[in-house]
Amino acid sequence: MTKTVFLGTVAAVALTTGAALAQEGSTLQQVQQRDELNCGVNTGLVGFAAPDASGNWTGFDIALCRAVAAAVLGDPNKVRFVPTTGQTRFTALSSGEVDVLARNSTWTFSRDTDLALDFVGVNYYDGQGFMVNRELGVTSAKELDGATVCIQTGTTTELNLADYFRANNLSYTPVNIDSNAEGEQQYMAGACDAYTTDVSGLAATRAAFADPENHIILPEIISKEPLGPAVRHGDNNWGDIVRWTLNALVAAEEYGVTSRNLEELVRSSTNPEVQRLLGTTDDLGAMLGLDAEWARRAILAGGNYGEIFAANIGEQTPIGLARGLNAQWTQGGLLYAPPFR
Amino acid sequence: MTDVPAPASPPFRPSMLIYDRRYRSLTFQVIVFILVMAAAWWLVDNTIRNLALMGKNFNFGFLFQRAGYDIPQTPIPYTSDDTHLRATVVGLLNTLIVSILGCISATILGVIVGVARLSKNWLFARLMTVFVEIFRNMPLLLWILIVYAIFTEILPTPAAYRGENPEWSMIFFDHVALTNRYTALPTLAMTNDPGSLDLGARVTFNWATIAFATVLIGGLLARRAIKAWAQRVQDRTGDRPTTWWINLAIMTIPSLLLIWHFGLHLERPALTGFNFTGGLNVSNALVALWLALTLYTAAFIAEIVRAGILAVSRGQTEAAFALGLRPNRTMNLVILPQALRVIVPPLISQYLNLMKNSSLAIAVGYMDLRGTLGGTTLNQTGRELEAIVLMMLIYLILSLIISAGMNVFNASVKLKER
Repeated sequence: MTKTVFLGTVAAVALTTGAALAQEGSTLQQVQQRDELNCGVNTGLVGFAAPDASGNWTGFDIALCRAVAAAVLGDPNKVRFVPTTGQTRFTALSSGEVDVLARNSTWTFSRDTDLALDFVGVNYYDGQGFMVNRELGVTSAKELDGATVCIQTGTTTELNLADYFRANNLSYTPVNIDSNAEGEQQYMAGACDAYTTDVSGLAATRAAFADPENHIILPEIISKEPLGPAVRHGDNNWGDIVRWTLNALVAAEEYGVTSRNLEELVRSSTNPEVQRLLGTTDDLGAMLGLDAEWARRAILAGGNYGEIFAANIGEQTPIGLARGLNAQWTQGGLLYAPPFR
Repeated sequence: MTDVPAPASPPFRPSMLIYDRRYRSLTFQVIVFILVMAAAWWLVDNTIRNLALMGKNFNFGFLFQRAGYDIPQTPIPYTSDDTHLRATVVGLLNTLIVSILGCISATILGVIVGVARLSKNWLFARLMTVFVEIFRNMPLLLWILIVYAIFTEILPTPAAYRGENPEWSMIFFDHVALTNRYTALPTLAMTNDPGSLDLGARVTFNWATIAFATVLIGGLLARRAIKAWAQRVQDRTGDRPTTWWINLAIMTIPSLLLIWHFGLHLERPALTGFNFTGGLNVSNALVALWLALTLYTAAFIAEIVRAGILAVSRGQTEAAFALGLRPNRTMNLVILPQALRVIVPPLISQYLNLMKNSSLAIAVGYMDLRGTLGGTTLNQTGRELEAIVLMMLIYLILSLIISAGMNVFNASVKLKER
């Protein structure tokens, strides 16, 4: 009996091995074979990545996943969204569970090198802030001495928080939480005086409150948080695909290509840069291992960068974020796509 | 009678390895051994190859880097400038704190419930049955979350204690404040602080603590000596001298003297700014985890205790009654000593379970070993394999220590056969 069980276990292990080894090969091939893109996203942050009432994922990060799926597989819906917490996200990526991680992850030196990730660009320039209840009468983060602060574990915000309070000689008690939903619950119950995370995340969280007007985001921005999609080290072609899909969305906004006028521009545009972007001249797609129309599909999936921003987190949405640093370089922002040639 | 010549043993053939009973078991053992070794080799080889594929190596150097994060509950001094190693030790101590507290309270509650379940009072016994079945049959994680949610949602924020007419007031003569973050308790303070013994690595022990411990142990030893002396007197004269007042004096007077000498008093917590300060804030995460672990494990211990008592045959009780022992003494002198040898071995397993279950602390953000080494450290350094392997080793060693300790105890209570 014991031996049978043992032999069964060995057989099962051997089978899983076979499956694991079959995973080797380029990420592009794997995605195409699977006919589905595995995209690691937030477990739920309104505006960035959250399932809507009918269970469809929507949001700013989701739109990027869909654009990549459209470019690679021709269909923006061929994405499987894998919700990851701050703690599980990088393991999910490095173990191959997801092909790309679009989860408000900050690009840092150690993550880029030691964690063996490749951040392919920045899709949102952010910074860490604090949200407090208006009743507390706090107007500056410097007044938070002795406060209890809710913080998501496994994030850069945890380190920034420790550094900021230390540098300003303030004391605090951290309350460690695992997900944004839990943070929201603790904050609303008053188990912490302040909730800290990226300002975009605070705005998104506040938008979901019943009484958003009673909560203020303090003016101090205590860190630089360039958020961007990440892929694994070692597959540069796949990294290029995700990087240039993001760049295509940014460039499209710069050149005025939107999901509405795209078909018309394909026929009529005389701007050589637009022609190259849309694949009417020079086959840039082939250099990525894709077809010529990859960027058209990416832009059609959810619009260019500006359209995605406006639809998910812009000033017309409940989240109401201004473009700020995330405007085009021509508008005084930091978005700057390298040339398509 | 003629001698029957012994049949010559047949020459060895390879098929005998399977069909000959003398060799068969050996053959299978060798095969299984080879398979186990092959599986182990495959695991190690696969790990090494995949690590190389991801461009990672296996080293524990990260333990000596700056941790950079803060921990809410630090039994030894710790700041974000300390190393990941120190954060790991803090986490380990937090695991030990909740495990030891849990083992003690679960044992007390478990014994009470287990004995009560055998009570002749119908209602009482049934209530205990309900307790056992409820807590034994629902996942521990749910209990932890439920208890934590109750604390968070029902208790007030510290601000509710503020103002002239606060919504909530402190209990126990204005010394304890219950909030949805922590329970603020008074601390012991000394007007005449003797200073601390420095153990190195910023770990210190206050001399007063050492003095009290010494007095306590000395008192216990003195009590034993007095008991032996009383026994000798009784053996010689037949009269046992009254010793209770000597014992009482030995146990209290030196402690009272120390309290007077050090000027020991309670310092009550006060609300300053956002939170209570000046006292000891025991976080709700710890209390919720402790309570849930206690209730859950106590349900199992109750069943073990009940089984142990039922394992002692009814005849023992009757015999004790026949000798004129009262029910109380029957339980203490006859039943429990015999029940203990049934109870202790499964009790060891429960203690081990409790210690390992405490890693569910992560659900309420209690920073135990899983929260520091296996949580934030793992995440900030990206050393998954190293952190998990180290964590497994630490839990294994802890379990073995508990197991060894309890086995020694078991050896002392088990039936001594001559």
